[in-house]
Amino acid sequence: MKLLLAFSRRGQHDPGREPVIARVVKETGVLVNVEKANIDSMAGEMLIDIPDADADQVRRRLEEMGVAVRVMENAIALDEAECVDCGACISVCPQEVFSFDEDWRLRVSSERCVLCGKCIQACPHGALSQQG
Amino acid sequence: MEKSLDLINARIRDGTARIVTAEEMPGIVDELGEEGALAEVDVVTTGTFGAMCSSGAFFNFGHADPPIRMERVWLNDVEAYAGIAAVDAYLGATQEAESKDQLYGGAHVLEELVAGGTVELRATSRGTDCYPRRSIVTELLLEDMNQAIMVNPRNSYQRYNAAANATDRTLHTYMGTLLPRCGNVSYSGAGTLSPLVNDPDFRVIGSGVPIFLAGGEGMVVGEGTQHSAGGGFGTLMVTGDMKGMRQEFLRAAVMNSYGVTLYVGVGIPIPVLDTGIVRSTAVRDEDILTDIIDYGTPRRDRPSLAKVSYADLRSGSVEIGGESVRTSSLSSYRRARAVAQELKGWIEAGKMELALPTRRIDPAKRSKPMRETAVTPRVRDIMNRQVISITEDEEIRVAAKRLLRDETNHLPVLDGNGTLVGIITTYDVSKAVVTDGRLRQVKDIMTRKVIKTTPDEPVDIAAQKLERNNISALPVVDATNRVVGILSAIDLGKLFGGRRRR
Repeated sequence: MKLLLAFSRRGQHDPGREPVIARVVKETGVLVNVEKANIDSMAGEMLIDIPDADADQVRRRLEEMGVAVRVMENAIALDEAECVDCGACISVCPQEVFSFDEDWRLRVSSERCVLCGKCIQACPHGALSQQG
Repeated sequence: MEKSLDLINARIRDGTARIVTAEEMPGIVDELGEEGALAEVDVVTTGTFGAMCSSGAFFNFGHADPPIRMERVWLNDVEAYAGIAAVDAYLGATQEAESKDQLYGGAHVLEELVAGGTVELRATSRGTDCYPRRSIVTELLLEDMNQAIMVNPRNSYQRYNAAANATDRTLHTYMGTLLPRCGNVSYSGAGTLSPLVNDPDFRVIGSGVPIFLAGGEGMVVGEGTQHSAGGGFGTLMVTGDMKGMRQEFLRAAVMNSYGVTLYVGVGIPIPVLDTGIVRSTAVRDEDILTDIIDYGTPRRDRPSLAKVSYADLRSGSVEIGGESVRTSSLSSYRRARAVAQELKGWIEAGKMELALPTRRIDPAKRSKPMRETAVTPRVRDIMNRQVISITEDEEIRVAAKRLLRDETNHLPVLDGNGTLVGIITTYDVSKAVVTDGRLRQVKDIMTRKVIKTTPDEPVDIAAQKLERNNISALPVVDATNRVVGILSAIDLGKLFGGRRRR
């Protein structure tokens, strides 16, 4: 399961100044895969992937430490009314989220998505969007 | 054996004609042989659905009261060409709206009309004795127009070059997003289903032939603009009544950082008259070859990186220089199939009969590049030939003196053999003085990855390099990387001052 973490780095004691990921890993023993991290001087955002069974535990611990946690269920959403099954998204995606089925219909494996946004811009038909 | 068109049409009328799609044909020929397939199959339907920028429609809006002779016309703020009779206009698919936040263009207006939506017509005029009115604003549906005739000057390319990008930055093109260092390949076309691939000699596809156009019945006008069938790039001009079209086969699209285009579904029925046509309609993806072109070269003639078949492209990855690269299609194979299937259904139901061309299209014609009468300025025409340079082992102090003495801001750095190895600027020298006293030699502070140009490069391309990299000068090098000049932003001014050498 993918969790999108948001934290502030303003104050001395904000979670963004603490080694929260390392602490969670150490305490829970859950292996956290950091897929994307965007951290600047004031705030940070991070996408992590963890086994579904451990999600509740990791989420609770992160929230206790002051991190805002959002479960990303369908990171990328396909509007089937707009999609024409061209496949322009397929090769721009670094995660191989998109493929064709045997009838040349576009198949989306959104669990692989790391929210890079490349496909959203590449889609000629405006059929892809990020979960709001 | 040969079969006449009359026989095929008679079979269509009495419901006994055998119609197959171009996808089914290779298997049938394998099974029955060419003579057997000729006896068995009467019509092969083709289809394609992809981006076709060269599309648009003629409208007649009817006369208002008092009447107006429209000189400028906008539909949903997208300007249409009104340099024709009073209430006629042509709206092109790629024309963009003047004041929309999002990219919106002629293609969107065409789709909106076909979908049954309302479109705002705005027009202005200077007013004449017979047409006194000076402006009008009204809302129109497709059914309100007297005529809405789609006329697409260039549709249904026979095949299309695939695209990759060998530079180290992402390119946004009409072929979609091209990732750096050949990170992906983008292609277009329906391969075995493509109309012209199934009749490369233009024996049965020509003027007057009935077609499927965007969900309605249409017709081939003749050769399309830029038709170059001699090189395998034939095109068609097609027309059809928009009132019979459906949104499913007419979709506006936006190519990121490029512009608006229109996806159009085109299908052409091919009468199976003889074994020659059996053979051409038995074409497979494996037989259709195309080049992967490097769109990173900003010139008309771009190098080919690899030759591949549509079977390779559609497999999901191709090889370029020994590496596997993933492919993306811009056209929809699924919808191309739907075009061919629907056309097959029409003919089976007796809704469409076939016709032979009233005028043939030239299968050997080749399109020419533009004749340019004004010489495109090259870097050599405006570059500065007195190059002040420095060698990499000199002390920074020497560089500073040279920059001051010659009132320049850039020093190309040469090695012992006189080839370019770096560049330093007044900024680099100042920074070295302020930050770290230990740096002594030019090679410690020079930029090694030099953005450069050649004498032959068009000035427009060099100017783009300056702008894109936010720099103000480019060393000009020859084929052996020797510096023959320097082009600074100031030299660009020569183009406007009339000081350029002819």
